[in-house]
Amino acid sequence: MQMPKPDPAILARKPELISRLQEVLPRDSVIHDPAQTRAYECDALTAYKCPPLCAVLPASTQEVSDVLKICHQMGVPVVPRGSGTSLAGGALPTEDSVILGIARLNDVLETDYDNRFIRVQSGRTNLSVTGAVEEEGFFYAPDPSSQLACAIAGNIAMNSGGAHCLKYGVTTNNLMGVTMVLMDGTIVEIGGAHLDAGGYDMLGLICGSEGQLGVVTEATLRILRKPEGARPVLIGFDSNEVAGTCVSDIIKAGVLPVAIEFMDRPCIRATEAFAKAGYPDCEALLIVEVEGSDAEIDEQLETIMAIARSHNPIELRESNSAEESAKIWLGRKSAFGAMGQINDYMCLDGTIPVSQLPHVLRRIGEMSKEFGLDVGNVFHAGDGNMHPLILFDANKPGDLELCEAFGAEILKLCVEVGGCLTGEHGVGIEKRDLMSHQYEPADLEIQMAVKDVFDPKWLLNPAKVFPLDVSRTRRAA
Amino acid sequence: MTPKTEIELAEIIRMANAPLNIRGGGTRPIGHAVAGEVLSTSAMTGIQLYEPGALTLVVRTGTALADIETALDGEGQRLAFEPMDHRGLLGTSGTPTIGGVVAANVSGPRRIQVGAMRDFLLGVRFVDGTGQVINNGGRVMKNVTGYDLVKLMAGSYGTLGVLTEVSLKVLPKSQATGVLLFEGLSDADAVAALSGALSSPYEVTGAAHLQKGMDGTPVTMIRLEGFENSVAYRGGELTKLLADFGTPAFETDAAKTAEGWAYVRDVTPFHGRAGDVWRISVKPSDAPGIVANLPGCEALYDWGGGLIWVLAPPGAAVEGASLRAHLAASGGHATLIRGQGAHVFQPQPAPLAQLHDGLRSKFDPKGILNPGLMGQTE
Repeated sequence: MQMPKPDPAILARKPELISRLQEVLPRDSVIHDPAQTRAYECDALTAYKCPPLCAVLPASTQEVSDVLKICHQMGVPVVPRGSGTSLAGGALPTEDSVILGIARLNDVLETDYDNRFIRVQSGRTNLSVTGAVEEEGFFYAPDPSSQLACAIAGNIAMNSGGAHCLKYGVTTNNLMGVTMVLMDGTIVEIGGAHLDAGGYDMLGLICGSEGQLGVVTEATLRILRKPEGARPVLIGFDSNEVAGTCVSDIIKAGVLPVAIEFMDRPCIRATEAFAKAGYPDCEALLIVEVEGSDAEIDEQLETIMAIARSHNPIELRESNSAEESAKIWLGRKSAFGAMGQINDYMCLDGTIPVSQLPHVLRRIGEMSKEFGLDVGNVFHAGDGNMHPLILFDANKPGDLELCEAFGAEILKLCVEVGGCLTGEHGVGIEKRDLMSHQYEPADLEIQMAVKDVFDPKWLLNPAKVFPLDVSRTRRAA
Repeated sequence: MTPKTEIELAEIIRMANAPLNIRGGGTRPIGHAVAGEVLSTSAMTGIQLYEPGALTLVVRTGTALADIETALDGEGQRLAFEPMDHRGLLGTSGTPTIGGVVAANVSGPRRIQVGAMRDFLLGVRFVDGTGQVINNGGRVMKNVTGYDLVKLMAGSYGTLGVLTEVSLKVLPKSQATGVLLFEGLSDADAVAALSGALSSPYEVTGAAHLQKGMDGTPVTMIRLEGFENSVAYRGGELTKLLADFGTPAFETDAAKTAEGWAYVRDVTPFHGRAGDVWRISVKPSDAPGIVANLPGCEALYDWGGGLIWVLAPPGAAVEGASLRAHLAASGGHATLIRGQGAHVFQPQPAPLAQLHDGLRSKFDPKGILNPGLMGQTE
């Protein structure tokens, strides 16, 4: 993975940049001591690191605008950063860039239960959005695994999903409005407490644009009343094919579970060794969760279990208490940690049509042997969003490169069967150079033309999303 | 011109140097009139792929909506966003196409719970204003690969490109429907009742208030869908929760509930009546106040109050500029769906208008795709 070479002219102007930034921000908001900028050298894709020129922590939309204006005038690239939990390198800086962190923008600005929305500053963490409304019985639906730490700004940039999006949708389906600052410092308001903002769907365009079109400082989010209850059922199968068919049959039956999670044997074994959740040792395991009142849950689970039984499961475990429910989820929730116990791992994020599950799992198994690297699969089966976890040894020379090559083959396979490179993590730098496998040159060209409109000088997070050779002339202009 | 293939369509656009009037079935003439040769997608038809177990449908844009609904019905599924039929309201005839539904981002009452048309659009193929074929998104539920031009195309009324193929998420039909009906509520009480229902855990899939119901008296409608026992249970719980607003009737007859919601979805009470029709999107609790400021007009509230349909009969003209100034301040926007006015769509503030125009100039540099339809400066 390459990043552009830093521009020496920008590096040489560091003192001028710092002093101009200090004119518009309090002193402690401009971090330029190399000992301190190292804190911003990477995000959760820790394989790649590079300290930025400096980091700024503005505390208001106006300060964000002031910072961007200066960087725009001086031609300095800006890398927006939420909480730095990106697995795709979305917040990886270059040596000649300014990290714009929104961590200090974390207030709740307005809660409105009658109209069912909350307005927050974008540095607020995902979980603390729900935290702000749960006393009234409400919640914010998108729930990425990193929700304790990840910021709404990052969720919007990557259009984050989570385990429960089969029912509730991803960020873009729950975002009603934003305040956003363009690279030249212009502040724009889009949408708000009403549905379907007027004009072109700018909100839809901005969500998932990976911090390349503007910096979102405030967001209006849809909140929902919590369901009366939820309960999972665990189903074990001795074949991936049968588990895949079962998922498809459940969906066809008209039950809309809130989540359908899938784990394969390597992942089950790893989590059992780690979390001891009492999972059966089988080829494929499903966790299906439904919501509603007790009686409604009973009715839905009856339908689901009848379908499961028709596929001869080797295990069918209903939960009879909150403890049993927690135990069913325990293994799934510890899956990543469990794999991390075994070795370093890389987490992929391709999506495939649900009908292709058995084929894709079989091919991943074959490739695992070819590359000599173990892989476990844990994913959101209802929507085909896969998370293969490839195990490797970061201390072994060449292992990371081998792992990346294996990962790239899996993602190409996802595209080949009618899916895509990334379902919820984003492209960042991680999948950047694979974009040409999913999109034709014209498809990429028009996406880059969108960036030309919002950021004509290509200063916002410029080395991401598009293959470097494809975006070179624009970045150099 | 009625090309039969994407290639033919691309060639027409590539060669064109005068405005084109893009349309699907021509049943939704919303927006400023476009002077230009008609370019219709209606001959590009056919379902390309339908996987009921994956809830996905890929279809060419000229396909009749009715054909899609028939195919989905065969598998017990539907387009959950419940697109409205504009023919009665706009006095048009013809065959609505899925391309038109997407281009105008047409969503019905269920939008309040499941999302808008754009939330069900997974992928698009379109021809841009230079004749280039573009692909974006795909046919899977979760996809964040590159920019989301899929959403951008929904509701762009053919001004950014001509859609040729769309991928959609579909959902299973509900086993049962139940509708709570309150009679005689004031607008303010009705919106309060709808808000109470929508803020409950009972998964309301329709929340509307008609100042004049089918029998002429105000009626407030709350829809529940799902398995039969569950609908009955939630109907009972909501009746208790909303006791302050009276005792509702609970209608569970399938034909009657379907008819009632089609009446809301298609804004049937305004059909065949003279006057301008406005569609206003606002914060729900603002809605009764806005309607109160439009004397002589009649209103139908959908989306819990968040969507107001207003009929301004002759002599009760809505002052568009002041309505919009008010909405610009309080949040919301108004579209003149039927009638003559300087602006069909609410004009955007300057920085947003600039982005609009910028996108237009990239997607359609020759300015030939439905120019002026959305009223951008060109």
